[in-house]
Amino acid sequence: MVLVNGMVTLFLAAGLFFTLVGSIGLLRFPDFYTRLHATGKCDTLGAGLIIVGLIIYHFFGYSKGVLVPARLAFLVFFIFIANPVATHAIMKAADETGLKPWKVGEERK
Amino acid sequence: MISIFLISSLLIIFAIFLSLYRAIRGPGVFNRVTAVNVIGTKTIALLVLIGYYTERPEFFDIALLYAMLNFVGTLVFARYLERGELWS
Amino acid sequence: MSKGDKAFGITVTFVIMFLFWILLSGLFDAFHLIAGAICCGIVTLISHDLLVRGKDRKFIVKSLRLFRYIPWEFWQIVLANIDVAYRVLHPKMPIDPLIIEFETPLRSDFSLVTLANSITLTPGTITISVDPEKGTFRVHAIAKEPADALLVDQTMQRKVAEIFFVEPSGTDQPAKS
Repeated sequence: MVLVNGMVTLFLAAGLFFTLVGSIGLLRFPDFYTRLHATGKCDTLGAGLIIVGLIIYHFFGYSKGVLVPARLAFLVFFIFIANPVATHAIMKAADETGLKPWKVGEERK
Repeated sequence: MISIFLISSLLIIFAIFLSLYRAIRGPGVFNRVTAVNVIGTKTIALLVLIGYYTERPEFFDIALLYAMLNFVGTLVFARYLERGELWS
Repeated sequence: MSKGDKAFGITVTFVIMFLFWILLSGLFDAFHLIAGAICCGIVTLISHDLLVRGKDRKFIVKSLRLFRYIPWEFWQIVLANIDVAYRVLHPKMPIDPLIIEFETPLRSDFSLVTLANSITLTPGTITISVDPEKGTFRVHAIAKEPADALLVDQTMQRKVAEIFFVEPSGTDQPAKS
């Protein structure tokens, strides 16, 4: 039981670390396109790792069957497909409207 | 284990407040739409954690529904900003 | 579409939707199963040509090759996030963004979507736009090394082209802008 609790805590800690790094990147980066790099990659993996940790906790802590973990696994699969597509859609809208990317040496936008 | 869920929920709420600064401050509409999408993704993880913290499995269905709503909302916004109209 | 294509599309769509209904409801008595079959039938009749586009003889082999590609993809996702964490938490923030373009010989919808998602989830690059007639990709890279890994090595294009039975392109010079 201690082993399961340790593994769940490890997954939760890794997921929280990547989520916080994504938010810090959203504040620190100088341009719109670079901010999308930080959130589109880190936020997806952070939320995915947190939910995977909770699936492991459900299997060994509750064991109320296989239907609820299957629902959470579908949620993880959906997040991994939907977040990059939404990132690409908003980036394409910015590029078609004419937002210029940031080069080294300019000021923050 | 329950107290670890409580600390995780508080840390996610802190990350949501960091993104809220970008939603208020960001120059232009694109930064704000991105920040709202990020807050939506963090809300999904927060809902699943609260579902385990209060031991009620109804929250997982709400999390699945909100994931789909967040995705479709960002796509509709991007399409409106690109074309100037939703359908012609 | 011919009759065989339509029957294949309707069957696959109905099976996927009925499995999703059972996953969400979790009750196996007769009333809920019959109600699910009726609802899935109505939705399938309205929208059966959105998901599957025709009978594909190599469908099973393509699915198996896709499953073999996914573990390499997970390793690239972990590498991408460690790379972004390094660039965010470094006190000097080493970024140098640029936009590049290149061409691929892929033409079908599903292969273009797979390659665009893989480019977004790998270290340092995000897809901006895809041209489905000529296979041109416009990509925003965050530094010089991920852009070179995508342009010069062409590892990912080779792997995705291998899934969908397309010959990878030779040595054409991609354009830089």
